[in-house]
Amino acid sequence: MAERRDNEEIVIRVRGLVNQLGGNVLHDHLDLDVKRGEVLGVVGGSGTGKSVLLRSIVGLNRPKAGSIKVFGEETVGKDAEDLHTLQPRWGVLFQDGALFSSQTVAENIQVPLREHADMPQSLMNEIASMKLSMVGLPEDAGHKYPSQLSGGMRKRAGLARALALDPELVFLDEPTAGLDPISAAHFDELVRGLQESLNLTVFMVTHDIDTLRATTDRIAVLVDRKIHVGTIETLVNDKHPWIHEYFTGVRGHAALASAPA
Amino acid sequence: MGHPKHAEVRAGYRVERSGRIARIVLDGEWTTAQATPLDSALQKIDLGGAQEVQIDASGLKRLDSAGAWLLLRTKRRIEERGQKVTQLNIPQDYRPLFDTMHEEHTAPPVVIPHRHTLRHFVERLGRGFIHALQQGKEMLAYVGHVTIEIIETIGPQKQLRWPAFIHQIEETGITALPIVGLLSFLIGVVLAYQGADQLRRFGAEILTVDLVAVAVLREVGGLLTAIIVAGRSGSAFTAQIGTMKVNEEVDAMETIGLNTVDVLVLPRIVGLVVVLPLLTFYANVMGVLGGAMMSYLALGITIPEFLRELQSALTVWTFWLGIIKAPVFAFIIALVGCFEGLKVEGNAASVGKLTTRSVVESIFLVIVFDAAFSILFSILGI
Repeated sequence: MAERRDNEEIVIRVRGLVNQLGGNVLHDHLDLDVKRGEVLGVVGGSGTGKSVLLRSIVGLNRPKAGSIKVFGEETVGKDAEDLHTLQPRWGVLFQDGALFSSQTVAENIQVPLREHADMPQSLMNEIASMKLSMVGLPEDAGHKYPSQLSGGMRKRAGLARALALDPELVFLDEPTAGLDPISAAHFDELVRGLQESLNLTVFMVTHDIDTLRATTDRIAVLVDRKIHVGTIETLVNDKHPWIHEYFTGVRGHAALASAPA
Repeated sequence: MGHPKHAEVRAGYRVERSGRIARIVLDGEWTTAQATPLDSALQKIDLGGAQEVQIDASGLKRLDSAGAWLLLRTKRRIEERGQKVTQLNIPQDYRPLFDTMHEEHTAPPVVIPHRHTLRHFVERLGRGFIHALQQGKEMLAYVGHVTIEIIETIGPQKQLRWPAFIHQIEETGITALPIVGLLSFLIGVVLAYQGADQLRRFGAEILTVDLVAVAVLREVGGLLTAIIVAGRSGSAFTAQIGTMKVNEEVDAMETIGLNTVDVLVLPRIVGLVVVLPLLTFYANVMGVLGGAMMSYLALGITIPEFLRELQSALTVWTFWLGIIKAPVFAFIIALVGCFEGLKVEGNAASVGKLTTRSVVESIFLVIVFDAAFSILFSILGI
């Protein structure tokens, strides 16, 4: 594969990130590397700034200090306008889908195509339909408005929109929250499948320990305004009380117990 | 190697024929960026009369889901034509993507409906008419509902929510003083200027005072204030209550056992009914002041002269007929504002739509009622 270079290529490089929210320091000189082709899970207690980290990377939040490079390009201090070359290369799934409420699901999926790719309408319709089945939505969902969908369906539709341009990098903000366990497992498979076939890099904020186990290569834990990065195996033995409890508490234990040896 | 998102054509295929077998060899990057040229090239694919088709995708440099779809679509179209696809080589890396799509994607393309046909227009017209009728009926029912609630607050078992009421008076009344005052003053100036211009030709400049005073007190003061308040507060009512509906705050209130009419609607309606007559009075004063200033500047009518003429021009009724309309206007504005706010459904777009509708409806109704008052007053001979 000509496109697939050495595995150590860094897609997201965060250095010395400082974020403050209402006088509260969320991130204190945080460093993080995300490698091409990996699925990175980001976990942490409520209010530890998981979503803020995601928003900082895609340029929705201005950090107080630090540098964030995505595909080698600085995003800190830039507006959406300045990131026009990066936007087709990433897709973002927001917590509740963030679909445009005045448009049908199919039209929502076509928004990035219209903006960044010059395609005939017939092909866009085919692609919208394909993306719908990729995320497991029934075919008639394309005609519906977001307000007519359930929370779980909105999330899938949001994912379809995030994947519209086949980005190299996908940000998922709590993708399996609100899905039933079976759909969540399907979603995990889907992420993994796409990741493998497209060498997709996934930055995923999640609480779902099953998802972490099923999909992630590495896990970044936000605790005490810093970040601990490791695999499930190394983090289970981490001395930090929150991390320890997270991975060995009742829920964590059950999920890990079912893991293949 | 850059990332060829906006690059020239870099993807394609060629067909090799050998006897009854046609071999499609794909090359390049079958990606979203290349989808448009590929799409049109694939529409024109010519396999002649081949009965067997082999697809060789092993030379692909990249494949994403758009490319995989085009490949899958081509394969399906070949099969629909009765030709057999006997071989399909896909690089191992892209196999999962293609297989998932092959298994799961069978749906026809979505159709985005055409919204600009005559049929659609007629349909919308009909729907709009029926909607307007329903809206009228619902509004009437709502007037009844709110009236009953208001009457109940007069009784001993129920009380108006005073803090909310006071808050509404501040929001809709006190903060509106600057804009209402300024606009009324300017309207007074304009009326005096135009009046003076016309009346000077008849040598009746002094009647400018009568014109300004009667126009402002009977009509302009009240109407202008009502329209400003509809734009300022009526829209705010819809937006506030609508946002609460979107956040499910209204549902939360109901499950807790709070009466939403009591909590949200009554303080706004009663507050505005109290405030609007006061604002109208203030607007009248400012309008007459504007007229007085302009009369002095344009016609040299001094303040004592102005006041003397004012006294002879006005009766007590001129004043009251203007003020008496204000509570009615207030009731209309607040009622429409709250009614539309409560009709908001789960999304942000609906808040905007209903806010606009609330302002248009309340201004429309205010003017209709103003006309009705004029007819009523002329029948009564006052």
